[in-house]
Amino acid sequence: MFAELDAVLLARIQFAFTVAFHFIFPAFSIGLASYLAVLNGMYLKTGNESYLRLFKYWLKIFAIGFAMGVVSGITMSYQFGTNWSVFSDIAGPVIGPLMAYEVLTAFFLEAGFLGIMLFGRERVGAKLHMFATLMVAVGTAISATWILSVNSWMHTPQGYEIAENGQFLPVSWMEVIFNPSFPYRLAHTLTAAYLTTAFIVGGVGAWHLLKGRKDNAGVKTMFSMAMWMAAIVAPVQVFLGDLHGLNTLEHQPAKVMAMEGHYESHPEGAPLYLFGIPDDEEQELKYAVGVPKLSSLILHHDLNAPMEGLDTIPDDEQPPVFIVFWAFRIMVAIGMAMVGVGMFSLYTRYRKTLYTNTWLHRVALVMAPSGLVAVIAGWITTEVGRQPYTVYGLLRTTDSVSPIAAPAVATSLLIFIVVYFTVFGAGVFYILRLMSKPPELGERGVRSEPGPIRTSGTTPAAQMESQTNPGDGEPA
Amino acid sequence: MEIAEPLTIAWAFLLALAVFIYVVLDGFDLGIGILFGLFPEKRDRDVMMNAVAPVWDGNETWLVLGGGGLMAAFPMAYAILMPALYMPIIGMLLALVFRGVAFEYRWRTERWKKWWDRAFFGGSLIASLCQGIALGALLQGVEVDGRAYAGGWWDWLTPFSLLTGVAVVVGYTLLGATYLVMKTTGPLQEKARSLSWVFGVATIGFIGAVSLATPFLEGEYYRRWFTMPGIVFAAPIPLAIGVLTWMMFMSLRRHQHEYRPFILSLIIFALCFVGLGVSMFPNIVPPDVSIYDAATPFKSQIFMFVGAVALLPIILGYTAYAYWVFRGKIDPEKGYH
Repeated sequence: MFAELDAVLLARIQFAFTVAFHFIFPAFSIGLASYLAVLNGMYLKTGNESYLRLFKYWLKIFAIGFAMGVVSGITMSYQFGTNWSVFSDIAGPVIGPLMAYEVLTAFFLEAGFLGIMLFGRERVGAKLHMFATLMVAVGTAISATWILSVNSWMHTPQGYEIAENGQFLPVSWMEVIFNPSFPYRLAHTLTAAYLTTAFIVGGVGAWHLLKGRKDNAGVKTMFSMAMWMAAIVAPVQVFLGDLHGLNTLEHQPAKVMAMEGHYESHPEGAPLYLFGIPDDEEQELKYAVGVPKLSSLILHHDLNAPMEGLDTIPDDEQPPVFIVFWAFRIMVAIGMAMVGVGMFSLYTRYRKTLYTNTWLHRVALVMAPSGLVAVIAGWITTEVGRQPYTVYGLLRTTDSVSPIAAPAVATSLLIFIVVYFTVFGAGVFYILRLMSKPPELGERGVRSEPGPIRTSGTTPAAQMESQTNPGDGEPA
Repeated sequence: MEIAEPLTIAWAFLLALAVFIYVVLDGFDLGIGILFGLFPEKRDRDVMMNAVAPVWDGNETWLVLGGGGLMAAFPMAYAILMPALYMPIIGMLLALVFRGVAFEYRWRTERWKKWWDRAFFGGSLIASLCQGIALGALLQGVEVDGRAYAGGWWDWLTPFSLLTGVAVVVGYTLLGATYLVMKTTGPLQEKARSLSWVFGVATIGFIGAVSLATPFLEGEYYRRWFTMPGIVFAAPIPLAIGVLTWMMFMSLRRHQHEYRPFILSLIIFALCFVGLGVSMFPNIVPPDVSIYDAATPFKSQIFMFVGAVALLPIILGYTAYAYWVFRGKIDPEKGYH
């Protein structure tokens, strides 16, 4: 196995590792930023203190998550050049401008208003503070839009021509940005981010309900809001996922064949495999358990629709089936479980036991991190499914990599792994510790409340002591 | 191509502007991180951290624009430089990871606070050093074959790049110290004031050393700085730096207009930056790759240019607003029990 650890493979592992880590934080903060904007807005509209309490509670968690997202994102933005320099040179004229627009329209907006959102409520007043909160939320969504446009173009490229020196040149920016898979991927990913956050918020609410904090208005509000999201948005997500799958079938059939485990063609209707061990060597799905003709029904809405398999695709253009097949199944299973939780919550609402049904709370607690897992599984499905290409059908992954020596990539990969687990492990610990306490009356802000973190001479001075009690548990 | 050339020059200017804004903005907050090493008191550190907490994220975003802009406008240069500077870049990124999270983590723990303070100091120091090394490695020239980097993995490490590395560390520390003079009061401010003297003198020394070493790296640099007509444009730069430094020391001595040392140190940085431009232009990867070689096609340049010209004033506007919101002194006396 180690003989195969060449620079390309190492660069791929490094990219996959750093993106997977990074992706977790935006998936969480896109949803959380919107949730914070809603909470802030509800507080301003109703004057209900429990919304403000929740806002300050989740703001502390958001601050840590956002910091981790920023630092891991900066690493990402440079990795295109360090490990994939040939790709950057060839595809730069098309994707570079889109990524520059992401920085100009989104990153600055988030960063510029983040300080005011975190520390500025007393300094700028409620309305401007609300505006800053909104700008941060809008910024995260704009950022997702641009980066998914770039990513979608790599899956379904159009609006380009190829120059003599091999570079992709833009011909139509409208076609590049609004490439065929972009709308589906954007909707599916944004919805996934909202669901991810909803299940984390719901899980925290469920934890405190299980701990017997049923009289805490903040706990009840966050649990109820999260369950509404699950009940309404999870079914919508299944529908969007289906549309996205049909779009993929149209533009990247090999990926769908890998997702479905269809090594051979099915001229008279394809089964839906529920289980199986894909074997790329033998080109066979071993121990397959499937429902006859269901795959044809789902993808073509016709029981007997013929479906082609990987036997129609040359060996060196097939994605690795095992990873795609199982990542896809994990994502779908979690999606279905989310719909189940949503329905369960509607039932308990109808029976007026939303805050007392401990089974619902247990399930919601177990499901708390499920969105993160589903997001990563979905990302693996789509990205590994694109292999062996970086730009689908046009530029191979092996032709995209930097002219780097394996030892340099191996060393940096090792350091990345150590640093990421240390730094982000600590961050997750701090987030979990904040979550383990319920939102309290007079919840303090990111540093402390009341008061700004600095004064300009006329304003009363701030309290600046730290947030934690020395007695709290620490990582050993 | 006649239309594209001025646009390419405009892009080079915009990119240089983005990098410059990054250097001075993140420069002062990295400098404050480095100064953590000289301020062991917890209360001093809390004030120093709060002086930059609301703005550091915006400061660092200019680094993303610098990298993203280089890829977008000059993809070939990006594709050459990133592998050429692989290790200093990765070192910088990982160091920035540590210092970035320290802003949040150190308020969330008592027992580990010291460690996150160390991460903040070490991360700031290493990130600055790596940036300086990358600058030196760029100036000394990069070996290119076709459209790709052709040098070795340790080409970036030379006495010259180490010199520029330390120079950038010292310069950032000066920015951090003068920023603290502007933002603080009392004993903390007094200490920052005397450190501004120390790092001011050191910065001038390093500017001198780097300036003297640079022309001898490359015949072209030498010609620009020491022969006609280049010398006419080049000579005022070191003279102006001398005058500005003198003004900075004078205003440090007088205890009024406490924003002045910071502003003057920014202008000194700006002049150094212009000096770099004089040495390099129109090359983007010395000695052989010019901005025209590396530029992305016209259609990509113009698409981004429209956006950049429209959006940058807005960005500068709300960035300035964020600074305005958090203006004024940080009061070190209140807020502690």
